[in-house]
Amino acid sequence: MAKMEIRLAGSGGQGVILATIILAEAAIIAGKNTAQSQSYGPEARGGMCKAEVIVSDEQIGFTKVTKPTFLLALTQASFDKFGSAAGEDCVIMADSSLNVPDNFKSKKIYLLPILETAKVEVGKAFTANIVAVAAINRVLNLVSFDALEKAVFMHIPKGTEEINRKALLAGDKLAQNI
Amino acid sequence: MPSELILKYMREEHLPHIWCPGCGHGILMRNVAQAIKNLGIDQEKVCLVSGIGCASRAAGYMDFQTMHTTHGRAIAYATGVKMARPDLEVIVIAGDGDCAAIGGNHLIHAARRNIGITVIVFNNDIYGMTGGQYSPTTPHGEFGTTAPYGNIDRPFDIAVLAAGAGASYVAKGTTYHAQQTIKLIENGIKHKGFSLIDCAGICPTYYGRKNKKGGAVEMMRYQRDNTITVEQAAKMTREEKEGKLILGKIAENDFPEFSDEYQKIIDRLKEGK
Amino acid sequence: MKNKVLMQGNEAVVEGAIKAGMRFFAGYPITPSTEVAEHSALRLPQVGGHFIQMEDEIASMAAVIGASAVGTKSMTATSGPGFSLKQENIGYACITEIPCLIVDVQRSGPSTGLPTSPSQGDVMQARWGTHGDHSIIAIAPSSVAECYHLAIRAFNLAEKYRTPVIFLMDEIVGHLREGIEIDDEAEVEIIERKMKQRPDTLHLPYHVCDGDDVPRFHLTGYDIRYNITGLVHGADGFPSNSNEVADKLITRLMKKIENNVDDIVEVEEKYCEDADTVIVCYGGTARSVMSAVEELRAKGEKVGYFRPITVWPFPEKQLKKLSERVKNIVVAEHNYGQILLEVQRIVKDCKIGFVGKVDGTVITPSEIIKAVEEVK
Repeated sequence: MAKMEIRLAGSGGQGVILATIILAEAAIIAGKNTAQSQSYGPEARGGMCKAEVIVSDEQIGFTKVTKPTFLLALTQASFDKFGSAAGEDCVIMADSSLNVPDNFKSKKIYLLPILETAKVEVGKAFTANIVAVAAINRVLNLVSFDALEKAVFMHIPKGTEEINRKALLAGDKLAQNI
Repeated sequence: MPSELILKYMREEHLPHIWCPGCGHGILMRNVAQAIKNLGIDQEKVCLVSGIGCASRAAGYMDFQTMHTTHGRAIAYATGVKMARPDLEVIVIAGDGDCAAIGGNHLIHAARRNIGITVIVFNNDIYGMTGGQYSPTTPHGEFGTTAPYGNIDRPFDIAVLAAGAGASYVAKGTTYHAQQTIKLIENGIKHKGFSLIDCAGICPTYYGRKNKKGGAVEMMRYQRDNTITVEQAAKMTREEKEGKLILGKIAENDFPEFSDEYQKIIDRLKEGK
Repeated sequence: MKNKVLMQGNEAVVEGAIKAGMRFFAGYPITPSTEVAEHSALRLPQVGGHFIQMEDEIASMAAVIGASAVGTKSMTATSGPGFSLKQENIGYACITEIPCLIVDVQRSGPSTGLPTSPSQGDVMQARWGTHGDHSIIAIAPSSVAECYHLAIRAFNLAEKYRTPVIFLMDEIVGHLREGIEIDDEAEVEIIERKMKQRPDTLHLPYHVCDGDDVPRFHLTGYDIRYNITGLVHGADGFPSNSNEVADKLITRLMKKIENNVDDIVEVEEKYCEDADTVIVCYGGTARSVMSAVEELRAKGEKVGYFRPITVWPFPEKQLKKLSERVKNIVVAEHNYGQILLEVQRIVKDCKIGFVGKVDGTVITPSEIIKAVEEVK
C-alpha cells in the first residue's frame, strides 16, 4: 500500500479529530503504521478544524501531512481553504451541500450527502463523522469493515454502539454507489 | 542543664539558635515541641517542613524528620509529603512573609483542599532575616526599612484568611500565653484536616526598634496586657479591638480531609466500581 | 501480553512512568502538556498512586519533591511558561539530590508565545534554568514509543544519580498519536534508589560511600531523623558556611553526572558510516530529518543523521568523533540555534549549516534537504 496522507477538515464540533483517531486506530488494528495529529486551541472547539492521519506500510518519519492524497471537507470554509491547496492527484470528498466551482481542478472529487445522511437516515446529526469515516474507508480501501467498526467502538461512549453501527453502514453505502 | 524537653526534641548540637536576643521564636518553637510531646507522637513519624526566613530555621533545630525548603513553598512541599505518606504527621512552621506573601497562594489552596497538615505561623509582623522590611501582617501606619514613611498597606489577618479559605481548624496564640498556645497547637495537630495556628511573635530587634515598642520585656508585657479571648472579641466593636491580640479558637469544622477522600477513590477503583 | 495500541505521546510518557514506578504526580494545566496531567489523573489511582492538581506550577514542583523526599517516585509536567516557574524548586531538587521527573512539552515562546505550536526553545533553560552551578540530565524522545521507553530510562537515571531529570518533549511528539507496542510481561530494568545499609552512616544523610557517586537514601519515618536543606550542607545534612564544604558539595553535584556520561548519554546515529554530511537533530525535529535523509539516500547522497537522545549532558565525545570523518554538519532544531552553540563549540573542522524555525510551523523534510544542499 502506498503511503496515504489523509486530511479531514470541517468546523469544530463536527468530530473530524475523532474521525482521524478512528482511522488511525483502524490502521493499527489492520497492522499498518500510522501517525495522527490535529489542530489545537480554540479552533478545535468552534472555528475551522483540521486533523490529519498518515497511513503507511512503511515506517513514518515526518508526521505531518505535506501533500494530502485525500481530503475530506465538511464545510464551505474548509473546502475553500484546503481544496484549493490540494494537488490535482488528491482525492477529495466533500459534502454535497458545498458549492464547488466549475473550474475546480481535481482528478477525483466525490460529492456525498454526508451531513444529510447523518441527520435524516441515521437520525442524529452528530454521527456525520462516523458516516464520513465509513465512506472514506470504502473509497480508500483502507481496512476491513470489521476492523473499522472495532476502531469506532473503542472511541465512542458505551451504549451508543447501535446508532454508530447504523452510521457506519450508511456511510459505507454512500460510497458504494460511487 | 537543658530541660528534658530540649534534650529529647531539639538537636542540642545545633543550638544555640541564630535568632536575635529577645526574639520570640525560641518560645514558639518550644511550644511546638511541648505540644508534640503532650500528644505522645512518635518522633520518627513527625515530618516538619519549613520555607525560608527566621521562623523556617526552626526546622534545623527540632529533632524530627525536617525539610528546610524554598521561600513560601513549605505548604506545597508538605502537601506532597502528606499525599505520598499519610502515615506521617506533617507540620509546617512558617513566618508571616513566608506564609502570607510569597506563599499566600499555597496557604489558601491547602486550606481549601483541607489537606491534613498543621501550619504554625511564627507571626512577628516583619521580615527579620532580610533586616526589617514590612510584611503582609505589619499594621497600617507602622514602620519598616521599606516603609520609612509608615506602612500604607492594610494587613492580613492570617487566621481569618485561612478560615475564610476553608481551613477546618484555625486558632490564634501568642508568645506570652505559652500554656494556652501549646493547647491550641495540640488541638491543631490532633485535628484531621488542614489546621493553622497563627502565633503572635515578637521581634524586638527590627519590629520593636523601628516602631519604638521597647525591648523584649516591653513587647511581652504588651502581649500580656492587650490580649483578649475570642469570646471577648466577639462582643467588641472594631474600634475597641484596635491594637488587641486575640487568643483562642477561630474556627473548627469536620470537612472531609483531602488524602482520605483520595484514598476513597483508590479503594473504589480497587473494588472495580 | 504484547499489544499494539494507538497512543498519544503525552499519554505514553505517563504509561512509561507508571511502569517505572511513578506513583505521585502534581501538575497544573498548560498547553500542550495538559494531557500528561489528564492521563495521570485517570491512571494513578488505578495503581494506588496519587494525582493532585496544585494551585500553580511552583506548587506542583514543590509537591513532587516533597513526595519523592519521603520515598515515592514522582513526576510533574508542564510547558514553557510553567517550566520557567518551576526552576527555583528544580534547583532545590538539584542541591538536595531528590530524584524526580519534569516533563516539559515545549511550545513557542518567549512568554505565552504560541501556546499550541511546536518549539524547542527550552533546551538551554533545561540546562541552565535554575540559578547556580548544577548538573542536569535531559532526554528528548522522537516518537510515541520513545515517550514510553525513555520515561522508564529517565526515572532510572533520576534514581541512580539522585537528580531531577528533564523529559524534554515538544508539541510534535506530545500531540502525536502513533501505534506503540507494549508488552505487559516484558522484563524491564527498573532502578530503585540505593538505600542506606551501614548503621554507622545512617545519621549522615549526605555521606557518600566509597565507590558511590551519590549518597544513599533512608526512608523517612523509621529509625532516624535527618534534615534536608537547600542551603549548602555537609554530610550531616545541616547548613554549613564552610567554603570547603561548599566546594566539595557543588563539585560532587557536577561530577556525579560528568563522570558518568558513558552510562547516561544515548545517541542514535543512522547512515553515518559513509556519510559526508550529517544532520544533528533531536526530539520531534528528528522526524522531519528521518524523512529528508531517506529521500536524499534514495537519490544516492551520502547523508546521515546524529540524534542525541540524551540532550544533556550533550554527547560531546560521540559528536567529536563523528566530526573527524564527515565534511559537513547541519543542525536542525525548532529555535534560533541553541544546540547549534554546542555543535559550534565541539566541532572544529567541518562546515556547519543550520535550519531553524521560530514561526510555529514544523520544519519540513524539503527545508532540511535545502539546508543540506546549501552546506555542500
